[in-house]
Amino acid sequence: MTGETLFGLSGAALVGIGLYGLICHPGALRKIVAFNLLGGGVFLLFGVIAKRGGGALAVAGKGADGDPVPQALVITGLVVAFAATAIAIVLLRGLGERRARASQKGDGSSIQPKRHSGGG
Amino acid sequence: MTSALVVDGLLALLVLGLALRVTFARTDYGSAVGFMGYGLLLALVWVRLAAVDVALTEAAVGTGLTGFLLLGAAARLAPGESFDAPGAPGFGSRILVGLLCGVVAAGLGAVVLSLPDPAPTLAPLVAENLPPTEVANPITGVLMAHRAVDTLLETVVLIPALIGIWSLASDSGWGGRPGSLPLLRSSGPLTLLAQVLPPFGILVGIHLVWVGADEPGGKFQGAAVLAAMWVLVLVAGLRRPPAVIGQRLRLLVVLGPLVFLGIGIAGIWLARAFLAYPEGWAKPLILTIEAALTLSLALVLGMILAGPPAVDRSDPKVGP
Amino acid sequence: MSLALDLFTLVAVSAGALFFLAGALGLLRFPDTLSRLHALTKADNLGLGLVVLGLLPQVSSPLGWIGLIAVWLLALLSGATVGQLLAEAVRPPDWSRQATRSPEEGPPRD
Repeated sequence: MTGETLFGLSGAALVGIGLYGLICHPGALRKIVAFNLLGGGVFLLFGVIAKRGGGALAVAGKGADGDPVPQALVITGLVVAFAATAIAIVLLRGLGERRARASQKGDGSSIQPKRHSGGG
Repeated sequence: MTSALVVDGLLALLVLGLALRVTFARTDYGSAVGFMGYGLLLALVWVRLAAVDVALTEAAVGTGLTGFLLLGAAARLAPGESFDAPGAPGFGSRILVGLLCGVVAAGLGAVVLSLPDPAPTLAPLVAENLPPTEVANPITGVLMAHRAVDTLLETVVLIPALIGIWSLASDSGWGGRPGSLPLLRSSGPLTLLAQVLPPFGILVGIHLVWVGADEPGGKFQGAAVLAAMWVLVLVAGLRRPPAVIGQRLRLLVVLGPLVFLGIGIAGIWLARAFLAYPEGWAKPLILTIEAALTLSLALVLGMILAGPPAVDRSDPKVGP
Repeated sequence: MSLALDLFTLVAVSAGALFFLAGALGLLRFPDTLSRLHALTKADNLGLGLVVLGLLPQVSSPLGWIGLIAVWLLALLSGATVGQLLAEAVRPPDWSRQATRSPEEGPPRD
């Protein structure tokens, strides 16, 4: 049982936790957070495979001790996940504003955005 | 049971504990704050996995920028429904889903425990092909030379995300300035921070990009720091975000990917393959691409954080 | 000599960790936001300072020392700013005018 195996197991657990939150939680923002947890778990699995792949060889003698290709893929994945999260959150906020405007016009919907004091 | 293993175990437990806290938090705000703590601990896990570049990216992009968006959404949206809301899955189906997710996690855990030994790896191949690129950081070499197509697509994908965010503006706000940054009433400490920190932040950001050629670093991490400094200035109200219809903004946003694409297409003639670098020109071309991309990425990330354009209510020409 | 340096590192980092623990205890046990902020900012600044002090002997180059101290200064700056902002959010800047308000009334509605 090495450190990488521990982190790999916690990555697997993160996938389970994220999946549960994604399926079960009714709130959309929490689904987005759970999606990020799920992604974090998957990236951890990549990282464990990368660390295991470099143990025998320190690439370029710079002390880097992992397989660089999965690590580069994880960096790419992090940025793409950020882009997806960003547009999901902006969609969610747009939806909240439109609901608020519709309820102000009195169509019976009861959702109001929290009033943010101090302008915005 | 070495001390390193104990530390790794504690770290893994903390990460999992925070993940559970994030999933079962009572408020969206608590979930967002817990997510940021989880992200920083995850960056520590990446350092333990000898992936410092990934740790920097996780801390900068995964935690910092995503956390900013989550906090903003949690503060402005109506309180999301909790687990007890009427539309939520009932207790029985939640138990069932929990069991199934446990099965998925157990399956992945079994995969982790039965990974092949000796581990298959591309590290020797990367080490062989790193010297022609004249960068010493193997991850930069992989990102910019061996898997440059991935990096090109990754930088290009941020632009449709930005366009998508801009397209969510209302009709009256179309093409205006983003209006959803949480501008507080003018606050002394925040103004001080926004005046003192950006010079150092810009230095740190450019240093991260420059040093990424030989040590852990890179343009995504540096661009995230630059974007954060820009957004700090915007949040403090010292500058207004640019109108999204501005030609200069749009030109600078596409400049980086265009340079990357242009050099890639030129590689078809000069080096016989798309995104191949001619002999001896690898380092200058990589530096050019990274410089252009850092500028564009910083702008794109900053504008993503700024949000969709909105009607400018403080503008006297515009009615309520 | 290096044994003394390592011992110094251990003592300083442990003391810093104790301060972080004290700050966390304050966060959990103090009754309201302002006192929690007080515990957090004071304990964390001093705690981080002690940790940085303890790590200085482990770094051999002066540039590394500058880097560590810069980390501490940046954390001080951001911690102080965030503490001020949170305190302003909980109690408006002109609170002296409302010194006669009882704490349960909370900040006045704008």
